[in-house]
Amino acid sequence: MSDSFRRGLRAGVPFSLVAFLLAMSFGVLAIQAGFSPVQAIVMSAVVHAGSAQFAATAIVAGGGGLVPGVLAGTLMNARFLAMGIAVAPSLPDGPVVRALQGQTVVDPSWALANRGDGSFDRHLLMGATVPQYVGWLSGTVVGAFAGDVVGETDRFGLDAIFPTFFLALLAAELREPRSRAVALAGAVIALALVPFTPPGIPVLVAGVAALVGLTR
Amino acid sequence: MTLWILIGVLAVTTALIKAAGPVLVGGRALPERATKVIALLPPVLLAALVVTSTFTEGQRLHLDASTAGVAVAGVLIWLRKPLLLSVLTAVAVTAALRALS
Repeated sequence: MSDSFRRGLRAGVPFSLVAFLLAMSFGVLAIQAGFSPVQAIVMSAVVHAGSAQFAATAIVAGGGGLVPGVLAGTLMNARFLAMGIAVAPSLPDGPVVRALQGQTVVDPSWALANRGDGSFDRHLLMGATVPQYVGWLSGTVVGAFAGDVVGETDRFGLDAIFPTFFLALLAAELREPRSRAVALAGAVIALALVPFTPPGIPVLVAGVAALVGLTR
Repeated sequence: MTLWILIGVLAVTTALIKAAGPVLVGGRALPERATKVIALLPPVLLAALVVTSTFTEGQRLHLDASTAGVAVAGVLIWLRKPLLLSVLTAVAVTAALRALS
């Protein structure tokens, strides 16, 4: 086990606790949307992408049907395309290994593994995802079986977890003035697109703000 | 049955999206200019995620109790308080405001 893998494991622990809470609220919502506990748990095990699971479940719960549900979930994942391209040059192995390593990209691990110079520590990336996967799965189990008892989750303010989670990750990225400027540009682009595109697309398109990097 | 299809298809699309970048672009060094763009992607994508998850509901812009909860947590994050404390504070503030309204 490499040193940075172990550092990743440790760095992932606080995020895994938050993932546990988020997954618990996902489990509850999924049950209320008509999932069986086994379905909710399997979804967390094989999809492991919080925003996509929430988006797809919300559409199914609202009677939106299969195709819109899959589309909404997939679009929420669109950002992983940009994140995957970003880590790609830091993955030196063959295409199959790279494809598997790419599966470990989740937002916190990707941000933690970022060295800030355009390269990523792939061992740290993979290490950080391990505790988060455990937290995500176990939280779903608890939520799925407690679902009927809990009732309306918004009452507990659990919907504040996601934005806070991303805000903490963002805070670590704002050390340089240039990063702050492009972050602001990305935020403005994303918000401006919200009324006109399906959810998920604004975040991907906001990525064009990073093209400022070509200028110097 | 529909739900199983949803779960299966979403698992496949997620895996494909995550594999795409590493398979197509990986395994070689990119030109320096591309690396500079990549270095700016984390702040851009995370900022976009923060504002869309804080200020929107579906395709609408909206503010509610959770916006206030996230704002309070933002102060704690800025003061470098632990993540879990910030998250629990966001949850508590949001829940308290909703209980009062």
